[in-house]
Amino acid sequence: MRHTISVLVENEFGVVSRVASLFSSRGFNIDSFIGAPTNEEGISRITIVTHGDESVLEQITKQLNKLIDVVKVIDFSDGSGIEREMALIKVTAEDESRAEVLRIVDIFRAKIIDVTSRSYTIEATGNPNKIDAIIELLRPLGVKELVRTGAITIGRGAKGWAG
Amino acid sequence: MKMNGARILLECLMKEGVDTVFGYPGGTVLNVYDELFGCKEIRHIMPRHEQAGTHAADGYARATGKVGVAIATSGPGATNTVTGIATAYMDSIPMVIITGQVPTALIGNDAFQEVDIVGITRSCTKHNFLVKDVNDIAPIIKKAFYIARTGRPGPVLVDLPKDVQIAKTEFCYPESVELRSYKPTTGGHPRQVSKAVSMLLASHRPVMYVGGGVILSNAAPELTALSRLLSIPVTTTLMGLGAFPGDDVNSLGMLGMHGAYCANMAMTHSDLIVAVGARFDDRVTGKVDTFAPHAKIIHIDVDPTSIRKNVRVDLPIVGDVRDVLTKMIKKVEKSEGDQAAYRESLAPWHEQIAGWKEKHPVSFTRSSAVIKPQFVIQKLRELSDRDAIVSTDVGQHQMWTAQFFSFTGPRTLLTSGGLGTMGFGLPAAMGAQAAFPGRQVIAICGDGGIQMNIQEMATLVQNRLPVKIVIINNNFLGMVRQWQEMFFDKRYSQSCLELPIDYIKLADAYGAKGFVASKPSEVETVIRQGFAEPGPVIMEFRVAREEKVLPMVPSGASLNEMLLNA
Repeated sequence: MRHTISVLVENEFGVVSRVASLFSSRGFNIDSFIGAPTNEEGISRITIVTHGDESVLEQITKQLNKLIDVVKVIDFSDGSGIEREMALIKVTAEDESRAEVLRIVDIFRAKIIDVTSRSYTIEATGNPNKIDAIIELLRPLGVKELVRTGAITIGRGAKGWAG
Repeated sequence: MKMNGARILLECLMKEGVDTVFGYPGGTVLNVYDELFGCKEIRHIMPRHEQAGTHAADGYARATGKVGVAIATSGPGATNTVTGIATAYMDSIPMVIITGQVPTALIGNDAFQEVDIVGITRSCTKHNFLVKDVNDIAPIIKKAFYIARTGRPGPVLVDLPKDVQIAKTEFCYPESVELRSYKPTTGGHPRQVSKAVSMLLASHRPVMYVGGGVILSNAAPELTALSRLLSIPVTTTLMGLGAFPGDDVNSLGMLGMHGAYCANMAMTHSDLIVAVGARFDDRVTGKVDTFAPHAKIIHIDVDPTSIRKNVRVDLPIVGDVRDVLTKMIKKVEKSEGDQAAYRESLAPWHEQIAGWKEKHPVSFTRSSAVIKPQFVIQKLRELSDRDAIVSTDVGQHQMWTAQFFSFTGPRTLLTSGGLGTMGFGLPAAMGAQAAFPGRQVIAICGDGGIQMNIQEMATLVQNRLPVKIVIINNNFLGMVRQWQEMFFDKRYSQSCLELPIDYIKLADAYGAKGFVASKPSEVETVIRQGFAEPGPVIMEFRVAREEKVLPMVPSGASLNEMLLNA
C-alpha cells in the first residue's frame, strides 16, 4: 500500500541524510522524497512517499519519531491530505503534433513555459495521478526530458500541523 | 571570562560531573590535551587503542550508571571508536564520545586524518553533532549528555574541529535543555498499568521476561518486589542477568538459545508474559511463529519502536520500567485480599516449573581428568567477592558465565549482548575498575577474544587497575567450533588457534603476574593466587577442548525444541 508521510524536522546539519538513511538502513523503499523550509523558524518539512504493509508503516513512523531532530510525523494514509506534484516536461513538437501538444496542455490546465520551433516545455501541476496521465498522453509524441518534484502534501481543513 | 573551545569542553564535562575520561591524543585534539595537562578534576586514562578506550567508557557506564566519556582524534582515531560505539548502541549504554576533526575550512577536502565520522556513526549513535562554532560547544555538550542518559539511553558523538577548539568565547553553561523535537515518554499510562495488573491477576501461568532495560533504569528492587508480592516466576535475558537474584526461588535463570530448559518451557506454556525492558531478540524468541503460543503479552519499554517490532503485543506500555513497575506494585498492594489468594492459585504452575527444573537442571558432566570450563566459572563464583563485577568477551565462555555464575545484583555483569563484540571484556573491566578501585573486577575471556585487545594489559599496569583476567583457553574459537561441529559436519574451517601462547610470559612482559592451571586440581589454587595478587593478573585455564555450551535452541528452531545433550 502507498503511504504519504510528512516529517517536520529541526533545520539542523545532516537532518535530511538522517531521515533518508533511516529508510535505507532498514530496507524501506522510498518512492519520492522532498524537503524544504517552512514558514516556521528553523523547521523544514520533508514529504516522503513510500509503500509497504501496516507493520512496515508502523515501524517507519515510530523510527522517524525516534530521531532526535524530528518534531512531528504526520501520516496521510487515511486520505486526510491534499497532494500535489509538479512536472517539467520537454516534448517534441513539430508540424501537426504542435497542435496536439497544445490541446493536451489545455485539457490538463498546464502551461507552456518554453517554446522552440521543434519543442515545447510544459509545466504541469496536480496530484501525482494527473501528472502520470499527462505524461502518458505526451509520451507517444516524444518526451525528450522529464523532471518531477515528487509529491508534497498538506492536511485538509482549517488546522495547521501544530494544531 | 573568555576561554578557548578546548577549555570550554573541559568545563562542560566538569559541569556534567565527569571525573574520568578514556582518551587517546592526536593532532586534532592536541588543544584539548593541552588543557587536560595538569587538570586535577578529571582523571584521564589512556588506553592503547581507541576501541578499547570506548569499551572502557562503556564498562564505566554499565558499572556505575553514569555517562561514560571517551576522546579520540580525527580520522583513524575516530574510526577506531566505531566498534565501541556500536557495542554501546546495541545495549543502550549512555556514552558521550568526543572526536577531534580537521579545521572547518578543510572539512570535505580529504585533508590529512580527515573522516566523516558524523556520517559513519549516524546509524550506530543515538544522535551525533558536528560543532561548527565555538559558541555552540556548551549547548551541544549539554544536549549530548541529556540525550545520552534520558529515554532509551545510548551513545552520542560530538565531532569538534580543531579551529573551534582554538577559537575563544565567553563560557556559559545552559541550566536546562529544551528540545522541542525530543520528549521521551517516561511515565507509564495509568489506565494501561491498571489493565496490566488486571491481566496479571487473571492469569494462571505468568512469567516475567526481563531484559537490560530493568538494569538501565535501576528498577531491580521494584522488579524483585513485584515478583515476590505475587510469586511470579522471572526469567532474564543475557542483558537482564543480575536484575533479579539468580538464587531466588522465583528465578528461572536465563532464557533463549542457551537458556535454562525450565525458562524456555515456562515461556512456551505460559498464559501471560510480562516483558520488562526486553526487546524479543531473535536469540531469545527462537522461531517467532511458535513463540509463546498460548500467552497474552504485556510489553513495558521506554522505546516505542521496540514494541511490536518482533512479536504481537496485547498490551503495550510505553514508559520507564521503574515508573511502571512502581505503579503496578501500588495497584497490587491496594487489592490486599487478592494477593494471597493469587499466590496460592499459582501453586500448580510453580509445581510444573519445579518439575522442569528437576528434569533438566543447568548442569555439566564433571571430570577429574580435564578442566571443565563450567567448573572454573563455578569456582570463580565460589571464591570471588559477593559484589564482584564480571565482564566477558563473546562466545562459549560468555554463555558459561551467564549459566553458572549466578549473578545476584544489577550492574555486576558487563557483557556485549546485542553486538556480540569480541575484545570487549578486558577494556570494559578496565573501565569498571577505574570507577570502583576497591571492588573485585574479573574479566572472563576466551583465548580468541583476549587477543583482540591484549594491549590493554599495559593500561592496567600503568594505571594500577588490578583487573583479574581469566582466560578460558580451549585453543579454539569455541563457539565457532561448536557450530561447525553441529551444523557444518565438523569442518573446522579457521576456528583452531593452534599456536600455544605462554600467558605467564605475556603477563610478565607487561609487568603483571600470570598463573596457569591445566588440571582440575589446580583450578582453585590458581584462582586463590590470582585473587590474592594486588595488581592485574592473568589466570589461564587450559580447559576441555571439545566442551559445548548446552542446552541449545538451534538457530531458527522453536524455544521448546532444545538440544539438551549432543
